[in-house]
Amino acid sequence: MNIKAIQIDDRDNVATLTNNSKKGDIVQVLNPSGVVFLELQLIEPIPYGHKISIKNLKVGDEIIKYGETIGIVNKNILKGSWIHTHNVGSARMPTSGKEEGIL
Amino acid sequence: MTEFFGYKRPDGSIGVRNHLLVIAPIDCSFEPAKKIASQVDGAVAITQHHGCGNDPVLVHNLVGTGLNPNVAAVLVVGLGCETLTSKIIAEAIQKSGKPVETLVIQEEGGTLKTQKKGIKILKKWKKEIAEYKPEPFPICKLILAVECGGSDATSGIAANPAVGVACDRLIDEGGTVIFSEPQEMIGTQHILARRAINELVAEDIYTMIENDEARLKAIGVDSRWMSKGNIDGGLTTIEEKSLGAIRKGGTRQIQGVLWNDWERFDKPTRPGLWLQDGTGWDVPSVSHMVAAGAQVVVFTTGQGSTTGHAIAPVIKVTGNPHTYASMRDNMDINASTILNGGDSIFDVGDRTFNTIIKTSSGSKTKAETLGYQDYIVFLRSRAAEHLLGHC
Repeated sequence: MNIKAIQIDDRDNVATLTNNSKKGDIVQVLNPSGVVFLELQLIEPIPYGHKISIKNLKVGDEIIKYGETIGIVNKNILKGSWIHTHNVGSARMPTSGKEEGIL
Repeated sequence: MTEFFGYKRPDGSIGVRNHLLVIAPIDCSFEPAKKIASQVDGAVAITQHHGCGNDPVLVHNLVGTGLNPNVAAVLVVGLGCETLTSKIIAEAIQKSGKPVETLVIQEEGGTLKTQKKGIKILKKWKKEIAEYKPEPFPICKLILAVECGGSDATSGIAANPAVGVACDRLIDEGGTVIFSEPQEMIGTQHILARRAINELVAEDIYTMIENDEARLKAIGVDSRWMSKGNIDGGLTTIEEKSLGAIRKGGTRQIQGVLWNDWERFDKPTRPGLWLQDGTGWDVPSVSHMVAAGAQVVVFTTGQGSTTGHAIAPVIKVTGNPHTYASMRDNMDINASTILNGGDSIFDVGDRTFNTIIKTSSGSKTKAETLGYQDYIVFLRSRAAEHLLGHC
């Protein structure tokens, strides 16, 4: 299946999937001008509307979306991985604990 | 410079519509006000539902709506025993030089006599404004309000970034943009403050957003909290959620905070991007921005909001392909073409910009065609604001 992910700002190190996906799918990453600049094979399924890492990231790195920091990596992340609350925390308002209650 | 076709008012402001507005300062006189407006094409009635006390927030917002250049003339219809009198509203609007009349039901001798007289006044004005011809004006005369509601996973990646591109272009060409909903800015105050034109504006941005955090805290809501739906939908942190929301206002410098409280009701004093101290509740949020002078509104939605406004055209933009397909009656712009790479954010941004110009030159939005006349004034609890030390 033809899976797309959108990078909103060219400084972003994550992109957002616009389809559901499964492990092994190829994801085409579009830059803000709508051009495919990267293809990644998924090492795990990523849901629609969720983020994929377009770089290798290590603990302490900033996650950049909209050209701004949206969180800090708390587990090393391989390029092509699912980015969410299991490997990223808020830089300003820690949500750990709060999330556990609702997930 | 891009131009639009509008109507010049006596105070120099430019309307994109030629509405006749019937204001009921209190809901006691709203029924006859609606009846009067219903008899004349282009006339619309508004009121507020917070009692008949002379509250400055109510006065500012009703007067602001009457002063909006989309309104050609104003008829104020009151009951007679209210503290928030027709005179207060009428005199403040008269200063702009536009035609204003008042009718007081208890003085006119009841509902029927008031309605008869009101319809006569509106019909006379209708003939006069039929003579007004739209003229071209540069878009530096345009104030755009942006709002989002019924957001979903597509809002932050398609509709909001595309509308942000349109806002940047409008500002670069000398126009003005307002966005509000400080509750949806929580977690991004440091980013917005960095975009402030000076230290004082940065301080105002922190104050406005932190006041809303304090209001949430007072009722036991932790502002760090995101709903299960937010997290299931792919939002990882509050910063990410709020960045998606504020993106609809674009990326330009912030000129200032437009306060909207008991002491102040600010309007943009120069072109550029402004934040309004408002509410996250869609209809009053739009109503307050229109009261501050916005002539046209862009509203992004994922799940499919349907609202409009009494005197301002509201352009609906959705990034959700299913919403666009199933709610064609309500949606003006399809931003979902971004999702499959068919269009870029910039392509849809340009399309939105062109729709803003076309709409400002008279083209009707879906909400206008459907006859939506939404208007609500939001009023915070003054007692709570005192307890929180905000006033």
